[in-house]
Formats: sequence, structure tokens, C-alpha cells
Amino acid sequence: MGGSQSDRAHKFQHLSDKTGFSIDQINSLHKRFMSLTENEGVLRREHLDNIINLAVNPIRRQITGAFFDKRNLGQNEDGYLQEIEFEDFLTILAFFTPPKQGTSEEEKQNIKKEKLRFLFNMHDTDNDGFITLDEYKRLVEELLSSNETIETETAKAISDAAMLEVASVTMGQMGPDEYYEGITFAHFQKILKGIQIETKMNINFWNLDTIRVQCGKSK
Amino acid sequence: MPYVFYLRAIHFLMLCEILSLGYGANVGMLPKATGTSSSNLPQWSPKGDAHPDSGASTLPLFTLNYPRVQIPLEITLWVLLASFAKIGFHVYHKITVWVPESCLLISIGLIVGGIMHSVHEEPPAVLTSNMFFLYMLPLIVLDSGYFMPTRPFFENFGTVLWFAVVGTLWNSIGIGISLFAICQIEAFGVQDINLQENLLFASIISAVEPVAVLTVFEDISIHEQLYIVVFGECLFNDAVTVVLYNLFNHVAELHVVEAGDVFLGIARFFVVGLGGMLFGLLFGFVAAFTTRFTGKVREIEPLIIFLYSYLAYLIAELVAISSIMAIVTCALTMKYYVEENVSQRSCTTIRHVIKMVGSVSETLIFFFLGVVTITTDHEWNWGYILFSLLFTLLWRGLGILVLTQIINPFRTIPFNFKDQFGLAFCGLRGAVSFALAYTLPDSIGPKKLFITGTIVIIIFTVFIQGITIRPLLKLMNVRKTNRNLETINVEIHKRLMEHTVAGIEDLCGQWSHYYWKDKFMKFNNRFIRKILIRDNRPESSIVALYKKLELQNTMEILDSMTGDISATPSLISLHEERKNASKSRKVLPSDVRNMHELLSKNMYKIRQRTVSYTNKHSLPNDVTAKEILIRRHTSLRRSLRAGSFHSPHGNKASQKFLSLPVNSRLPPGRFSHAGDGDNEPEMNLSSVSSMFRHPQRSSSRTTIPLRPLGSLKVVSSSVKVVDEENEKQRGYRSSHLRSSFTSSAQQSSRSLYGSTRNISDEDGGSEHEEQESPPDPHAWVQDPQNNSDMQHPLLRRSQWPPQKPQDE
Repeated sequence: MGGSQSDRAHKFQHLSDKTGFSIDQINSLHKRFMSLTENEGVLRREHLDNIINLAVNPIRRQITGAFFDKRNLGQNEDGYLQEIEFEDFLTILAFFTPPKQGTSEEEKQNIKKEKLRFLFNMHDTDNDGFITLDEYKRLVEELLSSNETIETETAKAISDAAMLEVASVTMGQMGPDEYYEGITFAHFQKILKGIQIETKMNINFWNLDTIRVQCGKSK
Repeated sequence: MPYVFYLRAIHFLMLCEILSLGYGANVGMLPKATGTSSSNLPQWSPKGDAHPDSGASTLPLFTLNYPRVQIPLEITLWVLLASFAKIGFHVYHKITVWVPESCLLISIGLIVGGIMHSVHEEPPAVLTSNMFFLYMLPLIVLDSGYFMPTRPFFENFGTVLWFAVVGTLWNSIGIGISLFAICQIEAFGVQDINLQENLLFASIISAVEPVAVLTVFEDISIHEQLYIVVFGECLFNDAVTVVLYNLFNHVAELHVVEAGDVFLGIARFFVVGLGGMLFGLLFGFVAAFTTRFTGKVREIEPLIIFLYSYLAYLIAELVAISSIMAIVTCALTMKYYVEENVSQRSCTTIRHVIKMVGSVSETLIFFFLGVVTITTDHEWNWGYILFSLLFTLLWRGLGILVLTQIINPFRTIPFNFKDQFGLAFCGLRGAVSFALAYTLPDSIGPKKLFITGTIVIIIFTVFIQGITIRPLLKLMNVRKTNRNLETINVEIHKRLMEHTVAGIEDLCGQWSHYYWKDKFMKFNNRFIRKILIRDNRPESSIVALYKKLELQNTMEILDSMTGDISATPSLISLHEERKNASKSRKVLPSDVRNMHELLSKNMYKIRQRTVSYTNKHSLPNDVTAKEILIRRHTSLRRSLRAGSFHSPHGNKASQKFLSLPVNSRLPPGRFSHAGDGDNEPEMNLSSVSSMFRHPQRSSSRTTIPLRPLGSLKVVSSSVKVVDEENEKQRGYRSSHLRSSFTSSAQQSSRSLYGSTRNISDEDGGSEHEEQESPPDPHAWVQDPQNNSDMQHPLLRRSQWPPQKPQDE
């Protein structure tokens, strides 16, 4: 028992170093992970489908997809895993940690880039490096799916307009036969430059069990 | 020089003032309309009686019945003088960049006060307690409440309330107690001021004034969190201050304070605050509900809004709960729903009027502060006043330091040291403090000392801090943000991000405001909107934005069609609107669908054409080629084509366009916190700004003859020849104007292309400015030969000399 305890502590310490979460956060996230997976230790898609609140999220497909996306897990291949372990779970969540105070400008840029990459991967389902119009349209449709009154026509119009916007912002001059095949990551970065993603796509991982403040340690 | 003219105007006005004063000697200068100023009535009635007498004897050829019109006349003159002052500041707008407007107003007030003093004039008895609390304060807070950017406000709700409530309490109690300690020192000779009075004074000087600071924030586009915290703090801090003020005012008149009273006071504090909120919510919903039925009587729509807000205020005042809370909550609540119900023009009117009355009321108070500073006799006590100044600054700084330490762990983005400094330094005291001090009841012993102290603190903070804050913040390089985002992509990704974050939070059993927002939106869509909004059509903000952009474009086209009608919302247009109530509804939420379908088909064609164009030739790499712009091109092209038939007119108009930007840098938005919801569709900034630009637009358009809408689709090739000729001329001309033009490219596109404003704003911030700021003047480069019908005025402008636009 003591052995496994210290073994686990050691493992958590390792994870903490790797992902930037505190030990307490990892503990509570681990609890959550275990309850999600019904103590199996590996997370599969159907586990995520059971979450009630998530069921009403219009883009749950992308969100759950992101957890199994090999690209997000730091593997150099594409495709989707069938099940992930706790470490992978944390790796995904680490995308959402708020930047700590005192991080250098360079690191901030990196964080920003990672977050954008995460979003980009949610778009780019076939991993060809482009967000094509179809992919974009599907996402917009899903985003709008919570309002019943929206027709697909609207979604199409919007994604068309958005795509054109990207094309005009990023491509500038296009040759006569050129065809804008999709948004590349560079373009993606460019159009979302003003959005300040590093201040928005963040989650404070509170430790809800003990209601103690764990995160956003300012100093 | 306009400035000289302005000075002359001021002199003239002052002369008027003095003359009028001479006539109505010793009469309150701006007496309260109800006539409570005692010196006023006796004088008024005898003269009023005298007139019929003299009329009975002989019929006078020329009579001067000054007393009859005195009150409204003087009020008008004061307001006029203050407005002239404001105009003047902006005519010579280099001043307002460096010196906040409040400083200038106080200075003008000081001058007027000096003149009045030199002719031994009594200080005007305008600012009675009732006048302030019943007429001026509600206008000021309605202004800030209505223009509070909703989304960032709710994202930072906790912090805002934390600073507003706890911060104000901290300041009041801290300053009060330390001043009380000072009073114990015999050397200062103020032992007679007791603790309650000290607390009262402290609560007066803890009201923080936002306007000057927010203007600076706007200009240097400081990051959203800091902006909204200062904004919200100032707003709710007024509410807290007034509650404390009333509380301490009451307590100060008691002679013995028991422990029970303290607890009662604390309990009352919460009752008053929360009660005000409830009232505000109630009235906000009722107001929204009422506008559901105003579809046929558009002209009273704005009135409904004002009446309900004021009613909320008055009734809250009646039952002695926080009226500021009530009116602010009311404005916040109803804004969202009301703006969907009322027509576009009513919406514009509402915004305009609220802005106007708010700023006039504030202007008057500052102005008056200057006058009073000179004309009242002060009670000066070095020790007390200097120490209160010191404590004001000290406790503010300490408060921010301590309070941010406490709140930081709860914030996703903690405030760093620079932010804290910014927050602490933004603690200017202003209009509300002064008005509170000035309206103290006479039963407070050291009233004069308090007024003097307050004036000193206000002048110190407004002048010293107000002037230094801009350079300091610039020097410190506080985190900036690009606040003018309005592209479809950004909107989509914001949503995407929010949903993602909400989803992940659900996934790991966390919750935050996204969670609550989700829940609220669901509730809102399911119930509230159905009740309050006439044509309930829940829609995502993406669609809203998209429609808005489309609508703007349509409006543009309509605008150019109907000439000036929309620019001057006159009686005629109101009538017309009522007549066409059903028809004009089509443009607005009710039947956007029809419109939208129609548009999307049209647009779609254009879009397809545009795509092919994209392939065939080239797209300019910035502003111009956005979706909306392309549509805009079509309309512009159409209008220019119209112009080219009347060649001289067309040229003249375009010349005007070209020369406009050179010296038409728009003054840094004075009250531009009007528009700080740029990045949230609810705020509908564009309608605000479009209303400001209406005159400009219409004046530059008057030369353009009306054309049927159908020409949108027509692409006439015969025109091209004419166009190309014009083009060459323009090309040369633009090469002269090029440098100046591009340097203010953003302004130019603002003033020229109403509908593209958002985009160009946005671009100015994000893409455009960074990539092709002045050094590269060939922003809109096109190949002249390839001037197909999809290349338009926009591109023409600087297509000389041709050059490849840089790409990534």
C-alpha cells in the first residue's frame, strides 16, 4: 500500500512537472477521471457521452474528439485513439491552463500558439493542414444547432462569408487559376490575431473537493 | 481660426450671463425650476404683477419681461455655455488629448467664477440637494448604466462588485478613521469634528469618477479587464457612496451612536443595495415588455425607455432604497431586450439622448465646481485638508493592493502589478463627490471645510492624475487589447472557444461564468425572450453579427437611395415611418428572414461572382476584400457610376472623399465608452457610430442621384469606359494625395464607407495597421488594366503606382 502510494505520488509529481498542474489539482482531476471512467483508468468516448451537461453542448463532437486526437497528445501522427489514459487526459486539459504571471513574452506567444493549434485541430478533422469550406461549414452548423430556427442556408452563407473573409485577409493577391483551398494554420493565426486567446480560453481548475484555492497562484 | 471664434463666442456668452445677472441682481443664477430658492420667488411675483399694471395704462411699444423667462433662459444659457466649451475643446482637439475635458471645464468654470466674483455676484443657487439627486444624478448614472458593455461586465462581475462595494467601504472607513485620528491632534484645531462627520466626509470623497479615465483608456485601448473594472467600479461605487452618504448623514445628526445602530446600519446597507437591484430588474423587464407593443407608435419608443428608467429611480427614491442601483440595473436589464423591439431609429435616438443628457449634466457639475471654487468663501485648514488628500491617495493605493491580492486567486487573468498601479492611479474624484459635498445639509457643522476639502481633492486628482495618467500608462506599457473586433471569423471563434471551454469544464466537473452563461442563455431563450420580445427568434450572436453586417450594407444602399431622410430623423420621417410601419419593420428583426433570404440570394450571387473574381485577378490584401466590403463595392460602384454620368459631380464628390482624410482625423471619441461593446453584438456599436456619421455621409452623398435598387445586380459594361477615364484622373490625383491619405487610411475609410466601418476599424487594429502602416502607401493596389467591374472606387484610390501587395 505504502509503496503504491509513494509510487503514485511520484507519478503525480512527474505529471505535475510535465503539465504544469499542481499536485492538488492533479489529485482532484484524477478523482474526476476515475469517476468518469467508472474506475477503469482508461477513458473511452462512451464515457464522455454520459455527461449530462455536455450533452447539450452544440459542439460536443469536436470536444470529445479533441480528447482522442493524436495530434493534441503530442504524437506526430494523426488519427484518433480509442481510449486514453489519465496522462493524456491531463495533457488535453493543460491546453486550458491560464498563463502564469511572469511568463515571458515568448512563452506567451507559445501558449497562444498552442491554444490556437488546439482550436485548429478541432476544425481540421481530416488533418490535411487545411480547414476546408466543408469543415468550416460543418462546424458553423453545429455551433448554430442549438437554435432550432436556423436553416442550413444561413450556416452556409455564414461560412461562405467567413471563408471569403479569410481568403481576402490572408491571400491578398491570387493568381488567375488559384483556388483557395482552405485555411492553413498560419492563416488561422493571422485572422485570430486580435482575439487574445490567451486571456479567454482558460479554465481555473479549482479543487472543488476542498474548496481551497489551487490555481492562478499569482506569486 | 475656429479657436478664436470659439473664444469670442464664450466672451459673448459670458457677457450675456453678466448682463442677465445684472438685471436679475441677487437672484439665484440657475434657480431650481421648482423655485425653492427663497430669493427667487419674491422678486419674481411683484414684477410679474407689475407688467399687467403697466399694460393697463398704456400699450407699451416694447416691453422687456425678463423675470418671466429668467429661469429657463438662464438654464439654457448655462447649458449653452457649457456646450460651447465642449465644442471648443474639440475644435482644438490637441488639448483634449493631453488634458482631460473635466480639467478644461473646471478651468472655464474658474474663469467664469472669477468674473462673477469681481462683479460681486452671489454664487448661483443651482445645485440644491433635490436638483442634484432628482435631476442630474439619474442622468449621469443612466448614461453609464446604459452604455455598460454587457459581456465583459458579466465576465468580471465579481471583481467589479468586489472593488465597488468592498473598495468603497474600505476607503470610506479607512479615510474616516484616520482623519478622526488627525482630528485628535490639537495643533490642527479641528477637535470638534467627530467620528460620524469624518466618516461622512470620507464617504463623499470615495466616489470615483470614470469619465476622464475611461476616455484615456479608450484612446490607448487598454485591455478589457482593466477597462471594465474601472468602469463598473465607478458606476457601482456611486451607488455605494450615496448609500453610505445617506447613512452617515443620518448618523451624523444623531448625537449618540449605539452598537445597535451600527448593526442596523449594516443591515440597511444590504437592504438598500439589493432592494435597488430588484427594483431595477422589475422595471427593466416591464420596460422591455412595454416596448413589445410600440410597433405602431415608434415616436414614443425612446420616451418609454426614459420614463421607465426615471420611474425606477424615483420610486426607489420614494421607498428609500438605492435609486442608483435601481436605474443602473434597469438600464442594464432592458437594454438587451428593448433594442431588439424598438426600431433602429428609436434605438439611435435613445442612445443619443442618453449620452447627451448624461454628458450635459456632468459638464454642468464640473463647470459649476469651477464657479463655486472661486465664489464661495472657504474654510481652509491646512492640516485637515492636506491630510485628507494624503489619506485619499494612500487608502486608495493600499485598498487596491490588498483587494487585488485577495481577488487575484479567483480571477482567471490575475491583475499584475501594472494593472494594480493603473487601478490605483485611476482613482480620480469628480462630479459626484462635489455634488454630494455641496448638497450637505447645513446642520453639518464643518460643511464649509468639507466642501473646501472636496474641491481640493477633486482639483488635485483631476488635474495632476488626470493629466499624467496618459503618459504614465503609455510609459508603463500596460497590456493592450484590440477592442474593435467585428468579423465573422472572430465571432465564430469566440463562440467556439466559449463552447469549448464550457464543454471542458463540464467534463471535469468545473464551473465558471461560462457555465452560468450557458444556463442563463437557455432560460433566456426559452422563457424571457418569448415574453418580452415581439418577434422572438432566438439567434446566435454569429448570425446576429452576420445579419447586422448585411443589414448595414442594405441600409447603406437604402441610404444612398433615399438621400437625407435617414440622416435627419425629422417629423416627416417619423410620420413616414408610422405609415410604413409594417413595411419598415421588414428591415428590422421581425422579418429579417424575408429580407435575409432575399439578400442572401442576391448576396450569394455577388459572392459567387466575387469568388470567381478572386480567382481571376487579385484581391487586395487588406480591408477592402472582406465579404461585406465586396458587397459594398457593388453599391459604391453603382453610386459612382451614377456619379460618372454626371461627370463633374462625380468628380467633385470623389475629390471631396480624397481630401477629407487629410485633416479629418476624428477626435478621439469623447464619450466613446459609448462604443466599448464593439466586440459584442448586443451593443450594436455600429448603430451608435453610424448615427454620428450620418451627417457626414449624407452630405457627401447629396450629389448622388437616386437609383433603383435593382441596379445592384446590373453590371453595365458601357459604364466601364467612362469609369476608366475617370480612373486615370483619379489615379494621378491619388498619387498626390496618397501619402496623407494612407497615413490616415483608417479614418478615411471610416468617414467614407459607413458600412465598412467595422471592418476597417478592426483591420486598422489587427491586420491593416501592422502590415501596411504609413511606410507602405500602396495598400489597395490593383492592376489598372484588370479593372473589371468588380474593382471599384476603393481600389482605384491608390492604384497608382501599381505595386504588388505584400502577402504572407
